[in-house]
Amino acid sequence: MDNNLAALTTVFTEFYYWVTVVFMFLIHVGFCLYEVSASRRRNHLHTLMKNTMLIPLVTITFFFFGWWIYWAFPNGPFITGGIDFDAATANTPWSKTMATNLGDRITGVFWAAFLLFSWTAASIVSGSVIERIRSGAFWIHAVLIGSVFWIIDAAWGWHAGGWMVKLLGYHDAYASGVIHAIAGGYALGVLVVLGPRLGKFSADGTPRDIPPHNPWLVTLGLFMIFTGFWGFYAACNVPVIDPAGIGGQITGETWTATNIYLAPTSLSAITFNFLMSLSGGLLAAFLLSKGHPFWTYSGGLAGIIAASAGNDLYHPIQAMLIGAAGAWCAFKMHHWVERKYKIDDAVGAVAVHGYAGFFGLVIAGFMLWGQPSSPYEGFATITPWGQFVGAIIMFGVLGFLPAWVVSKIMASMNILRIPRKVELEGLDFEEDEIYRDAMDEVRKAEKAMVK
Amino acid sequence: MSTNGMTSWAVDLKDVGAIYPFEGAEVLMVIIGLVFWIGWHVIQLRQEAIEVEHEMEADATGEKAKAAIDRY
Repeated sequence: MDNNLAALTTVFTEFYYWVTVVFMFLIHVGFCLYEVSASRRRNHLHTLMKNTMLIPLVTITFFFFGWWIYWAFPNGPFITGGIDFDAATANTPWSKTMATNLGDRITGVFWAAFLLFSWTAASIVSGSVIERIRSGAFWIHAVLIGSVFWIIDAAWGWHAGGWMVKLLGYHDAYASGVIHAIAGGYALGVLVVLGPRLGKFSADGTPRDIPPHNPWLVTLGLFMIFTGFWGFYAACNVPVIDPAGIGGQITGETWTATNIYLAPTSLSAITFNFLMSLSGGLLAAFLLSKGHPFWTYSGGLAGIIAASAGNDLYHPIQAMLIGAAGAWCAFKMHHWVERKYKIDDAVGAVAVHGYAGFFGLVIAGFMLWGQPSSPYEGFATITPWGQFVGAIIMFGVLGFLPAWVVSKIMASMNILRIPRKVELEGLDFEEDEIYRDAMDEVRKAEKAMVK
Repeated sequence: MSTNGMTSWAVDLKDVGAIYPFEGAEVLMVIIGLVFWIGWHVIQLRQEAIEVEHEMEADATGEKAKAAIDRY
């Protein structure tokens, strides 16, 4: 920081990302609240701990190797170049800039912003598999989606030099694909192998509703996710940069915020579009579900997710209509897949994140057709086919496929699903017995003190 | 061809304004948006009327209503 303007810009950028991290923490609080409320009382504690413990596991693995992957793999490797050791060296866990260092004030907060995305990716999977997965199996999946597969997709399609951006013109500014489609695809890959909860389907295959034990808290959890999503959106931007700092084709001296591809945008644009896509999703989902609270809130989320790929560039009314269509897509697909393929997605995560995210990527290809994907020369422009291939890579190649393979291995080792007896009595059975005994004892002791 | 007229970022940002797709079609977009909004009210009112009708037909004896009142 060799002058006051540079110092101010650096400290502002540092503070900006720090604030986004705090906001994004609310996403995880929301997911925990939502997931625990959706589970039945006899599974509460395990459901809570399953989601909570992904925080430390993904955090330390993202420190050890996740962050390195982002900087090492933008070329594939071996698609547009080799492993980028030059960029990755500064992001190894033994690098001096991955520590307390007054010469680098940005790496820590930038790492943390990406890390919170990692938690979100893993947490999306967590909700869909409640009440029958072994926690140990889920935590291995959490590390894989949070510190390996999503960050590979970020290197490929959410990086200024990512090969998907260069060759496909892939545009996914607020992560319809790089977080939501991949996490939805991953959840589906696990669910196919894991199977439904006992009692979910009747003998003739008709799905039964398994109501949440507390619908009000489910919706409060989703409300918190909406709040945290503000931080997520802001974290997807570079807050301020001069054209010389970008080093691309932009001329002049007008400083700007940019998306992750370093193409200009503004917080104002994404604020318009975030709120309008949320509204489109809520309105459509309310009608589709006939006012069902869970699906109305989920539709709001699906609305944002569907518009996120292009929310740096859409008009607010376009964002609203895409949000409405995304909610429709999530709602219809969830129920169709449930009936047709007997998939028990307990919280609708595959639909809200996976199908809406996939749809959002494809629709962005049409809406933004021909627009530049990058401020740098030689990059492909945005097209429907580039976005469609990108959606397949996110949902299928990096999401569904590895989840299915790893789950198959886990199932063959008998470490994926809890035994039938444990599922029926509830994951918390033993803890509940201990609690009841402790309560009885303390009641007796206190009653004995009453004269 | 590009939906917002831009095919590269080789521009001076001080000369750039609106960059959303189909610039110039704002009035049409507003009309579509208004149709979406008004249509929502129409469909919602119809749905609610059916729901209220079902509620009216339910619990002819009033026993379930009393139980609901007891549950608070």
